Amino acid sequence: MTLPPGIDQAAFERAIAGFRRAVGEEWVFTSQEDVALYRDAYSPMWNEPDERVASAAVAPADVGEVQAVMRVANDTGLPVYPISTGKNLGYGGSAPTLSGSAVLDLKRMDRVLDIDEANASVLVEPGVSYFDLYRAVRDAGAKLWIDCPDPGWGSPIGNALDRGGGYTRAQFRNHFDAHCGMEVVLPDGALLRTGMGAMPEAKTWQQYKAGFGPWIDGLFSQSNFGVVTKMGFWMMPEPEAALIGRVYADRYEDLPALVRIVTHLENAGIVNGMPGFGSPLLQRRIPADPRSSAPNDSSAVDRSVHDAFYDGDKAARALIAERVRATGSSCWSALVKFYGPERMVRLQWELAKERFAEIPGVRFDEPEIYGFPLSDEELEQVHKPTFGIPSLAIFNFGIRTDLRPEPMVGHQAFSPVIPRTGEAIFEVNKVFAGIFRDEGLPLPPFNLPGCVWERALMMITIFPTTHDEALNTKYRRAIQRLIAEAARRGWGEYRTPVAYYDAVMATYSFGDNALRRFHETIKDALDPNGIVSPGRYGIWPRRNRAGDRA
Amino acid sequence: MISPRSPATALVAAAFLTAGCGIYAAGAAPAGAAGTIGDPRAGEQVYAKWCGECHDKGPNHPGTQSLAIKYRGKDIPAALPERTDLPAEAIAYFVRHGVALMPQFRKTEITEAQLRDLSAWLARER
Repeated sequence: MTLPPGIDQAAFERAIAGFRRAVGEEWVFTSQEDVALYRDAYSPMWNEPDERVASAAVAPADVGEVQAVMRVANDTGLPVYPISTGKNLGYGGSAPTLSGSAVLDLKRMDRVLDIDEANASVLVEPGVSYFDLYRAVRDAGAKLWIDCPDPGWGSPIGNALDRGGGYTRAQFRNHFDAHCGMEVVLPDGALLRTGMGAMPEAKTWQQYKAGFGPWIDGLFSQSNFGVVTKMGFWMMPEPEAALIGRVYADRYEDLPALVRIVTHLENAGIVNGMPGFGSPLLQRRIPADPRSSAPNDSSAVDRSVHDAFYDGDKAARALIAERVRATGSSCWSALVKFYGPERMVRLQWELAKERFAEIPGVRFDEPEIYGFPLSDEELEQVHKPTFGIPSLAIFNFGIRTDLRPEPMVGHQAFSPVIPRTGEAIFEVNKVFAGIFRDEGLPLPPFNLPGCVWERALMMITIFPTTHDEALNTKYRRAIQRLIAEAARRGWGEYRTPVAYYDAVMATYSFGDNALRRFHETIKDALDPNGIVSPGRYGIWPRRNRAGDRA
Repeated sequence: MISPRSPATALVAAAFLTAGCGIYAAGAAPAGAAGTIGDPRAGEQVYAKWCGECHDKGPNHPGTQSLAIKYRGKDIPAALPERTDLPAEAIAYFVRHGVALMPQFRKTEITEAQLRDLSAWLARER
């Protein structure tokens, strides 16, 4: 068993005895077999000495037990690592950042405390999954949609705190932005409520976000300043209809205009669902296409076409134009979604088409219009999260296929935020292709970004994680290089796997690492013993900082 | 110690993974880890909550899609509710160790008793 630095066996045993008093014998896990259940199943350091592993796990049933666990951790010095549902796979799963920490497993705190259809809001505990919430809302008969990430087995609280995103209207698909009020157990065991919840008799905890004074909720996202035990979320009332519009442009140089128009339509509130970009010529499907839950085809595309997309020079553009003519496949596609009354979404689509018409030769499909509830047949075919329904269908991307007889065992994402322009998409592809070539990795297909955030794009590259140390080492080295090169060009990651927390934090270095030092100041003030999630998102307590930079 | 897999369990896993589960007799006794018999009705609920999203029939169910390729040409259904040959030990192994992109499930998610119920439902008389 691994213990954290500075914790001896006697202190560990005192902590375990304290945890048992706090939550009961049954909910403290110390056997090798039980603790192994907390491994990060997608760890990019699988079976290596640096794989992050827990020493134990403790699973409280309520807030009082969480407070008791915090007191034990402070008394003994054994750090705890809170997880909600533990499904942050690809970004760390249920394993701690600092090996030897005890996982504070909040899965048993799984109550949906309130569903307010009139206010279109819910109040939940951390162990509630998107599936649990979906069932609870449906059982309550409330016509509310849940903005789910893909896959949907995670926790609304956990995903919001990791600043995850979804698929519906912008105000909901930014999951942290969609929250309204939180309850937090601080490292010293004190209980804090934010926003209007700070008023003991508040009637508007899930109605007004800020309360009075500094709005501190952001401090508890991507951090280790406390254990969030309740959060409110605003929900999207079920619309009468959803309209899916498809746009096609034939010239390589049309991408900047396509991105600019989509962005304007979204910022102006005409497009109110998550847009996306694809390339029929490259067989790149648009993410979250409601017609298909399957990810991009892995069928082969002519290498010269791929290379032309990366090069983008005059000869490349001529080749692409020739292929567009020969195949009838457009160079680019865009998908825009509208939610609302059918009359309104039809009008919005007409207004959007007027804007797109400034691209020469632009074409459109007839729109698809969905009404609700979806039929069973539709549910089996569509991308469910587009319609507020959690799903695991996204895992089709890594299953066994005819071209991949052995299924993937895990993945990790490199996810920089880039400007929302076509020019940025071209530049990022070129820069990253250079690194792939340098690292001796096959060049991935020309990448198109995710549009979760309103004013930025997110260029996600998925790398496999494997059970082969040499291969994992190779991928990690490539990701480290990508992080550094992206930062040099001003593109920063929105979230990262545990293995890269410190590397990414180091790229946010303006003012001699003023931001990191600010985090550390808060960490030391709130958690002087360093007992909550040391190292999470690159925030280390004083006792774990090399040379004590404070 | 990092690896949870003792040589013995690794060997069991290898048998399940390479030979497939068709080698086990249909209707194998659903004995759980503690040797007690689970409740199939409760097990159906466990399946619906934790397994069905990946293992029911249809294109939106990745586990079934993947197993359809694995078992192509063999007389083994891809959707788990249609299997009649899954012994409790195999189910427990996959739930507690995961396979491919399916992670292991913790005891705060599926308890030992629920695991026995799940096995009882998957092995029920049909």
